[in-house]
Amino acid sequence: MSEQSNGNHIIVCKDVSKWYGEFQALRDVSLSVKPQEVVVIIGPSGSGKSTFIRCINRLEEHQSGDIIVDGIPLTHDVRNIEQIRSETGMVFQQFNLFPHLTVLENITLAPIHVRKVNKAEAEENAMALLDRVGIPEQALKYPGQLSGGQQQRVAIARSLAMKPKIMLFDEPTSALDPEMIKEVLDVMKELAQSGMTMLVVTHEMGFAKEVADRVVFMDGGEIVEVGTPQHFFENAQHERTKLFLSQIL
Amino acid sequence: MTSAVQTATRKALPPPTERYTILGWLQKNLFDGWFNSGLTIVALGLLYALLRPLLNWAVNTARWEVIPANFNLILRGQYTAEQVWRLWLALYLLAFVVGFAWAANTKIIQGELIVLFAVPLLLMLVPFFDGGIRINLLIVEAAGLVGYVVGRVLPQRQSRLGVYALLIYAVVLLFILRGGSGDTGAWAAVPTNLWGGLLLSLLLAVFGIAISFPLGVLLALGRQSKLPAIRMVSVLYIEFIRGVPLISLLFMAQVMLQLFLPDGFPTIDRALRALAAVTLFSAAYTAENVRGGLQSIPRGQYEAADALGLSTFHSMTFIILPQALRAVIPVLVGQFIGLFKDTSLVALVGLFDLLGVARTVLGNPNWLGTHQEVYAFIGLLYWIFSYMMSYTSRRIEARLAVANR
Ligand SMILES: Nc1ncnc2c1ncn2[C@@H]1O[C@H](COP(=O)(O)OP(=O)(O)O)[C@@H](O)[C@H]1O
Ligand SMILES: [Mg+2]
Repeated sequence: MSEQSNGNHIIVCKDVSKWYGEFQALRDVSLSVKPQEVVVIIGPSGSGKSTFIRCINRLEEHQSGDIIVDGIPLTHDVRNIEQIRSETGMVFQQFNLFPHLTVLENITLAPIHVRKVNKAEAEENAMALLDRVGIPEQALKYPGQLSGGQQQRVAIARSLAMKPKIMLFDEPTSALDPEMIKEVLDVMKELAQSGMTMLVVTHEMGFAKEVADRVVFMDGGEIVEVGTPQHFFENAQHERTKLFLSQIL
Repeated sequence: MTSAVQTATRKALPPPTERYTILGWLQKNLFDGWFNSGLTIVALGLLYALLRPLLNWAVNTARWEVIPANFNLILRGQYTAEQVWRLWLALYLLAFVVGFAWAANTKIIQGELIVLFAVPLLLMLVPFFDGGIRINLLIVEAAGLVGYVVGRVLPQRQSRLGVYALLIYAVVLLFILRGGSGDTGAWAAVPTNLWGGLLLSLLLAVFGIAISFPLGVLLALGRQSKLPAIRMVSVLYIEFIRGVPLISLLFMAQVMLQLFLPDGFPTIDRALRALAAVTLFSAAYTAENVRGGLQSIPRGQYEAADALGLSTFHSMTFIILPQALRAVIPVLVGQFIGLFKDTSLVALVGLFDLLGVARTVLGNPNWLGTHQEVYAFIGLLYWIFSYMMSYTSRRIEARLAVANR
């Protein structure tokens, strides 16, 4: 692992800016994440949280600033992009499972074709992951036959199958019925305890309090405040932060 | 809460089924109340009045002899009589390959399979077929059975083998039909200008569909490409083809193509030129239909594939295209049925497809005035194959519906 000047950070973002046409969605965002760290990003709707984490695996392209993931700089070089993507898992609000493939096929597809793992091994690994997220009995079903919570757990297993070093979560529980949120958060907590580096956009403050090493508050495309969960609950500094917290707590 | 407890203790009942006797069905659907009954009677009366002259014609006046008398012509045009055994050979192989592909794809015995096996046997019942034809039909049946058994012996489901078998068959078929280069002997050449009738119509349709489909998919992808040059070529092609009628393409291919080629360039086969026109025409429509399917795929699918590190090629092959094509199966099949029927236009540029041979028959002084009979029969043939396609498409859709929810 080649280390950049910023010490032993696995994600380094420096002065990242991003525009959609004329509209600036990110303003000089700088954030570095250490291996095994869990960072929760909060902020009002439209503040640029999704845009930020989607820049990290190049689902969106930033226009200025540097993003370096596991020592690989994110440039126009397609090889770098593909390498970063295969080391970075992402879980979406809408699950985005492949509806025409079974759960097992959803999980094994990328390992087989990107990592060139043979089919039997990929399936064995997939079953182990389904066990880990608690739904081994659903392996042969199609996504449309599962509940939202089960689908999201499959999506997590699908990302983990690529053996990523980093996991990005974009509001993974926002599309779920309340009774299913816990089953997904439990899986995420277990993942955090196992030492995965995680960047999580969520408004589940209970989750943040329990597992986050740091919380980042974004507003208007900027990082307004960074601190421990403790810090946010007890002495948030900025007015905007306080206002936001008062609305969601 | 209480209701949940109750349902848990109660035994689950099977879903209600609707079962009627024939009389019960008649009563419910046709004679339910005086108004309904009145309508039924009036409709039956109208049907009778309309169909009686038709029936009278079909049974008493029509000279159906014209069909058996010209049957060979209608089926195969001027295909050399001594080489007809090669057509049978092609049919044996077809039956074998279809049986094999079917069993390689699924081991469940479905209704369609039984119908398929019944076809050669039913054809044996056609009254004017002679013993030779019947024996050949029996061999076709046997070849189908053997293919099916071979397919079943495969240790597991291998749809891919079936597809390969069909592809290989397509090439072998052309060789069998065309023959070698000599004028005599078992493999004497049968030039394509002798191919005709149902044989030619089906070949044009099947090869037209099989070649235009991948071409159309490529064009649809090209139209979405990030590279402006590829995008522009695709758009130009699609819009040009969609802007001209097929018949003008056929004329261009038959008449003008030769003008563009340098002197001394060997003339390209007329049938091949027609096939090229039909294929290029169909590809543009396929492209537009597939594009519709591509647009129906949510962005999230592309993003999930990207996030997993799949290359564009893998993401297209495994994620996007399978879903996009499924979404447009009904439209595509509709388009292919249209293509099959449109092949009849080649008669207007001098080829002897089904419509072309029909015109030949009608030009024969022995069969003057048999238009109705001949066209009715040709129409029936078109209908049978078109209906088969649309039926197959509905079955495929039903089967894919589970995965598509
Ligand atoms: N594809 C896009 N095109 C134009 N504007 C966009 C696009 N995606 C997001 N935006 C805008 O960028 C801002 C940040 O969006 P987003 O990152 O989705 O916010 P969040 O995830 O915090 O709710 C919003 O104002 C949104 O309207
Ligand atoms: Mg968002």
